[in-house]
Amino acid sequence: MSDLPQAAGEALEAFAQAPGWEQRARLLMQWGERLEPLDEDERSETNQVSGCESRVWLVGERQDGCWHFRAASDARLIRGLLAVLLARVNGLDADKLAQMDMADWFASLGLSRQLSPSRSNGMNAVLQRMRELTG
Amino acid sequence: MALFSPWRADFPALAVLEAQGQTYLDSAATAQKPQALIDALGGYYTCGTANVHRAQHQPAERATRAYEDSRIKVAKWLNAASPAEIVFTRGATEALNLLAYGLEHLIGAGDEIIISALEHHANLLPWQQLAKRRNARLQVLPIDTAGRIDLAAAAALVGPRTRLLAVSQLSNVLGGWQPLDDLLHLAKTQGALTIVDGAQGVVHGRHDMTTLGCDFYVLSSHKLYGPDGVGVLYGRGESLLQLHHWQFGGEMVRIADYQHAEFHAAPLGFEAGTPPISGVIGLGATLDYLAGLDVAAVERHERALHDQLLAGLAARNGVRLLGSPQVALASFVVEGVHHSDLGHLLTEQGIAVRSGNHCAMPLMKHLGLDGATRVSLGLYNDSADLERFFSALDQALELLR
Repeated sequence: MSDLPQAAGEALEAFAQAPGWEQRARLLMQWGERLEPLDEDERSETNQVSGCESRVWLVGERQDGCWHFRAASDARLIRGLLAVLLARVNGLDADKLAQMDMADWFASLGLSRQLSPSRSNGMNAVLQRMRELTG
Repeated sequence: MALFSPWRADFPALAVLEAQGQTYLDSAATAQKPQALIDALGGYYTCGTANVHRAQHQPAERATRAYEDSRIKVAKWLNAASPAEIVFTRGATEALNLLAYGLEHLIGAGDEIIISALEHHANLLPWQQLAKRRNARLQVLPIDTAGRIDLAAAAALVGPRTRLLAVSQLSNVLGGWQPLDDLLHLAKTQGALTIVDGAQGVVHGRHDMTTLGCDFYVLSSHKLYGPDGVGVLYGRGESLLQLHHWQFGGEMVRIADYQHAEFHAAPLGFEAGTPPISGVIGLGATLDYLAGLDVAAVERHERALHDQLLAGLAARNGVRLLGSPQVALASFVVEGVHHSDLGHLLTEQGIAVRSGNHCAMPLMKHLGLDGATRVSLGLYNDSADLERFFSALDQALELLR
């Protein structure tokens, strides 16, 4: 637990106190507001992640060997899912990122169903794009 | 007024889903199955399977007879002139692809293939690709605000170069019956062949091929409460003669040599490989079940339920219906709310509806939307299902707004 990024620790704590779907949804929407904004020109076709039922953009930069991602979506709950994802992965180096079990992370937040293969919300496509960017 | 479906108990999955807290309102995607079908599949597999149209032994004879009985049942369901007009495929999409390959030889450079703006990808992409292969032109009939193909525009577009007209009977997004009589007449007068995508339409009411007058009609078993993996291509006797063979192998061949082969006519000539035997038998059992229902009572129930659905949507602020749905389904968007957010929150509450582009991306683009939420009804749904949906919708909108 101690090597969790600070934001991830916060997310874990917040979602642990939100057992019901309504509280989880509210929380996701609040977290979605915390996403660092993308510039208009960053919302480009190149940065758009296909395979999502809402529009999702993802950009990643490496600073001092650590990855820093920013993301945006036009759907609020997707913004929330992106925010809790980025809370966990931002600041990790490529090795740590590759070792990361994303399913486990979402499960620990009570959000495992959001990654199920039948879901067209695009979180799996986002993870795929992240692997392409860092691979 | 509370509406009960007297047929709900015939579909065991409804009780199971209910026990799991799931309200199934996605029957336009695929329908739940009646016990009669489940029994038929179990019976077929339990009592001995065999391949059809091949061996002389008794299990094969039994399987072949059951398989061919289903062909007779489908022919009766559609009031086709003969069972020989019924070709089994692996789905409605495959049936449309069969047509796009089987009729390819009739299309020359500069010829026109006409579809409409509301087509499902399955009745768009095979024709789009056919047009590309033959340097033909794909013409798209516009729709009006109610979601029906614009007949005046159709009259202007259907012309002497029109070879094929392929249109849906009932839109899977807009829920409107299309003016088939007029459209088919327009195409006929220009000598074009006509294809009707009945994937949605066949589920609601009975449709008579003798009076409909299209050359080909396509349906999907799994939307009609039957098994998946089975589709039906109806072809009028003389129209089937126009088809060239498209898939090869299995018992579709009459005489085979290393360098040469001759093939059976329809239907067998278009059922290459081992067909979906159990599925076809299951479809037959499903049609037996459906044929035993009071058609008028089913229609009354579906209409009353659809009215409740439309009334409930109309009563909610900011909800905008797509087109003017007449039966079975309603697609809608909510002002200021992303369909993905709504879909997410309905899912959380155990409401099984569809959110997205409904396999009709060009239509969505045409409507200026990137998606919508669709509620679709089966004969087993009742007003309690709709109440659960509306209460979940209200909760979701309260959270989102």
